Amino acid sequence: MINKQYSSVSAAITDIPDGATVMIGGFGASGSPIELIHALIDHGAKDLTVINNNTGNGEVGLAALIGNRQVRKMICSFPRSSQSKVFPELYQAGKIELELVPQGTLAERIRAAGAGIPAFYTPTTVGTVLAEGKESREFDGREYVMEAWLPADFALVKCEIADPLGNLVYNKTARNFNPLMCMAATTTIVQTKRLVAAGDIDPEVVITPGIFVNRVVEVPKPVHEDTLIAAGRSYP
Amino acid sequence: MSTGWTREQMAARAAQDIPNGSYVNLGIGIPELVARFVPEGREFIYHTENGMLGMGPPPAEEERDLDLMNAGKKYVTAVPGAAYFHHADSFSMIRGGHIDVCVLGTMQVAANGDIANWSTGAPGAIPAVGGAMDLVQGVKKIYVITQHTTKTGEAKLVERCSYPLTGPGVVSRIYTDLAVVDVTADGFKVVELAPGISFAEVEQKTGTKILPPE
Repeated sequence: MINKQYSSVSAAITDIPDGATVMIGGFGASGSPIELIHALIDHGAKDLTVINNNTGNGEVGLAALIGNRQVRKMICSFPRSSQSKVFPELYQAGKIELELVPQGTLAERIRAAGAGIPAFYTPTTVGTVLAEGKESREFDGREYVMEAWLPADFALVKCEIADPLGNLVYNKTARNFNPLMCMAATTTIVQTKRLVAAGDIDPEVVITPGIFVNRVVEVPKPVHEDTLIAAGRSYP
Repeated sequence: MSTGWTREQMAARAAQDIPNGSYVNLGIGIPELVARFVPEGREFIYHTENGMLGMGPPPAEEERDLDLMNAGKKYVTAVPGAAYFHHADSFSMIRGGHIDVCVLGTMQVAANGDIANWSTGAPGAIPAVGGAMDLVQGVKKIYVITQHTTKTGEAKLVERCSYPLTGPGVVSRIYTDLAVVDVTADGFKVVELAPGISFAEVEQKTGTKILPPE
């Protein structure tokens, strides 16, 4: 029987090369695959392009990956945080690139990549500086901006329950970008709080079908970014 | 000296204009207060763009769920009948015209309904847009809650926005500490004055022509 289970977070991410494009799930702290991110810091791949809604908090997780100078470029919708100086300082020093994408466009570009749709038209950004240089077209008398799909080499994702086939269930608002990123990456790596046997997840409640998932690793007691920050922790 | 409406009173006044049964998205800051002032006999369903319909009030600290946050990254609760979904579905609700009302804060709003609330455009500033540009283009009615002027007394209701736009011609109504103002084909028009506030004061603190209430 198919088994996508990996024994450890380090084994699951060890082939991420320098220069890779990596999607990281989560919205702020919720749904952030922090153990996989810390394994990527230990692994040391550099020159990464990272896709996430934000740029991390404190000095753990995504902020620590950026702070460790492994990220060449961030693609995100909201790179500011009241809890982190890591990205702003590097950005203002010209040491990291930023592609700013409105949140809904970011989600749809990721979804489109997973769905095999190379581009789409959206009303978002029409009449603003973020539409400059982009192709636009009128449909039924209204103007729309063309946006391209956004694929990635790897996706790092967090979920609540997984089975060895890669069927996934999330928890509350920790779902956010995670299911979309599963679809859009060549190799999708998932950390799950609980790994159950095939058949233990009701097929009616599967959110991400296993076809979108390549690797699953169980992390039974994931740490939460906010808890680490409240404890004044940094990584490594 | 007149004081006009408090932040809470501005939020309560905005809530009165939201029809029963509306799906509502609230921006960060004063707009969040709208949820506290749902008029008697009405029910609103709150959408938060990070993936929930049926958002409830913040929990007691000991009842926080680390996986249950709103778009402002604050801990919230889920009301009975709530639903969770991923980001593409969430923004389909927004862009697809399924959300009835969005209440936003702003830096500037113009007489033609343009809104600028995401960036000052200053050199060196870190641009951060979040979901604002999707919301202003997709939600059926865009309401703005804002102080009438900045802390230094500059007009926020202006002829044309000097800051980079979030979206052109999208705002329909503005709730300030001094008045309720509509964006009409003829520009700003006062609908209602806060108690003790004169039209002359509103006119003086508005950066362009504004029409008096009928």
